[in-house]
Amino acid sequence: MRFWFGAAIAVLIAVVAAATVQNEYYFFAGYTVLMFIVLATAWNILGGYAGYVNFGTPAFFGLGAYTAAVLFKATAAPLAFQILAAAVMSGLLGFAAGLLTLRLRGIFFAIATIALTVIMETLFINWRYAGGATGLQLLRPAPIAPFGSYTTMLFVVMALMAVGAVAIARYVEISWIGRGLRAIRDSEEAAESSGVPTLRLKVFACTVSGALMGAAGAPMPMYLSFIEPASTFNLNYAIGALASPMIGGMTHYIGPVIGAILLSTLQQVVTVTISGEMNVLVVGVLLVVFVVAAPEGILGLFKRMLAPKKT
Amino acid sequence: MKPLLKIEGVCKHFGGFAALTDVSLEIGQGERFGLIGPNGSGKTTLINCVSGSLRNERGSILFSGEDVTRLPAYQRTRRGIARSFQVPRPFSTMSVLENLIVPLEYVVHRGLLHTADTRAEATEILERIGLAAKADTLSSQLSQVELRKLELARAMAARPRLLISDEAMAGLSPTEVDEMLPILFKLNEAGITIIMIEHIMQAVMRFSQRVVCLDAGRIICEGTPETIVRDSGVQRAYLGA
Repeated sequence: MRFWFGAAIAVLIAVVAAATVQNEYYFFAGYTVLMFIVLATAWNILGGYAGYVNFGTPAFFGLGAYTAAVLFKATAAPLAFQILAAAVMSGLLGFAAGLLTLRLRGIFFAIATIALTVIMETLFINWRYAGGATGLQLLRPAPIAPFGSYTTMLFVVMALMAVGAVAIARYVEISWIGRGLRAIRDSEEAAESSGVPTLRLKVFACTVSGALMGAAGAPMPMYLSFIEPASTFNLNYAIGALASPMIGGMTHYIGPVIGAILLSTLQQVVTVTISGEMNVLVVGVLLVVFVVAAPEGILGLFKRMLAPKKT
Repeated sequence: MKPLLKIEGVCKHFGGFAALTDVSLEIGQGERFGLIGPNGSGKTTLINCVSGSLRNERGSILFSGEDVTRLPAYQRTRRGIARSFQVPRPFSTMSVLENLIVPLEYVVHRGLLHTADTRAEATEILERIGLAAKADTLSSQLSQVELRKLELARAMAARPRLLISDEAMAGLSPTEVDEMLPILFKLNEAGITIIMIEHIMQAVMRFSQRVVCLDAGRIICEGTPETIVRDSGVQRAYLGA
């Protein structure tokens, strides 16, 4: 109940902002922050709950973006269909990649996911219809009725997706699925002999995680009116998606949200005030600081502060 | 008596090393069965093959008449084979009670979610094992003997018909062993067949009705505890010469 109340307020704020704020830059920046909430939340379903570190975020994100772009080029499908198709495609990729790679544990799985990104990027570089290496220019259609600008509309769409992603992650977390994933993270062998179908749960988590990442990527071509492989399959998405839960805290669905808001906002500020290169440095420094000083993230810090002191 | 577990000609190799060679065993319903053998004799490998953590290359494993040789571990747990681990593997980010809720949710109350029921049942198992006072403690903060009890409790939560206790008493003090043994006796009285793997001879001898000794992946002797200790092959395996 409290969760849905909070979610409703978040959506309301986004809508009110869309109706009142005039400066379009805020929506342009806010969109990125919201997108990273979706990515971080999606990443956390496999990486945080089950403990399988995934460096393949760009593969899922990029496939989603290209699915939307190609679908738009071919059929001029509306945005909602693009997002849906992107989620399905990236979900399928998650399912297939999960089946093939989730038998690998620890570092080997992480390496396999890096390879996945490289494979996807190579694929799209060589696909002429999708623009190849030079990219694809896309003409935005007119925004739908109440919205004055397309960017504002995308901002509200991404806000809805962020709330949806967090709701899905929350459901996974508090259900029996989440308990099974935690058991896998703690000890995979013990989980299996406690009756947990470990491979099936991991593939499920990978599929849901991939689908959400794909959905997050879908509006990207419209957001930029352009798509090309190098920036779409950029490693920065992998790092942002992984760093946010680590900074916010991985054990609760709100952790990636806190981390993503903090990190992406800071990155936006640094990009504008200092430089685009500096914002990558910010992630690195913050990540190191948190891994050393607060391995359980901001949530962990709060928990330690609130816990009764032992004397 | 129809056997509950039937192991037939099981072989397991790790590369060129033969960990198990043609092992055949029958364990009856309700039996207290002891499995002994020196270090590296294949006890845990055999148990891993039975519980499904490892797949044997040859031979078959039948559980209550059904061939489970190719089933993954979680399917075997759902059919009634539960195990504890030699080195305790608690779900360390969960409380003791939650550790038991995992098998309860995934084996017993699958599909239907009776949170109140599962909690009550988990508490009841903890009381039987003597861990009820620690129900809300994080499992990473337990002592060694408590961890061993948790291993047993979690195995019990899967409502097994066959419980495999892999060195539940290794490294415990004699008084702690005296704490663990009655628990296993009580479980057996409740109708659960128990395979006890143990290094501590005294404990196996007190507990088991029948003992099998493994050495270098083969069964070298089978019989009552009394005949086992007098067997020259067993003495050679343990003492050398």
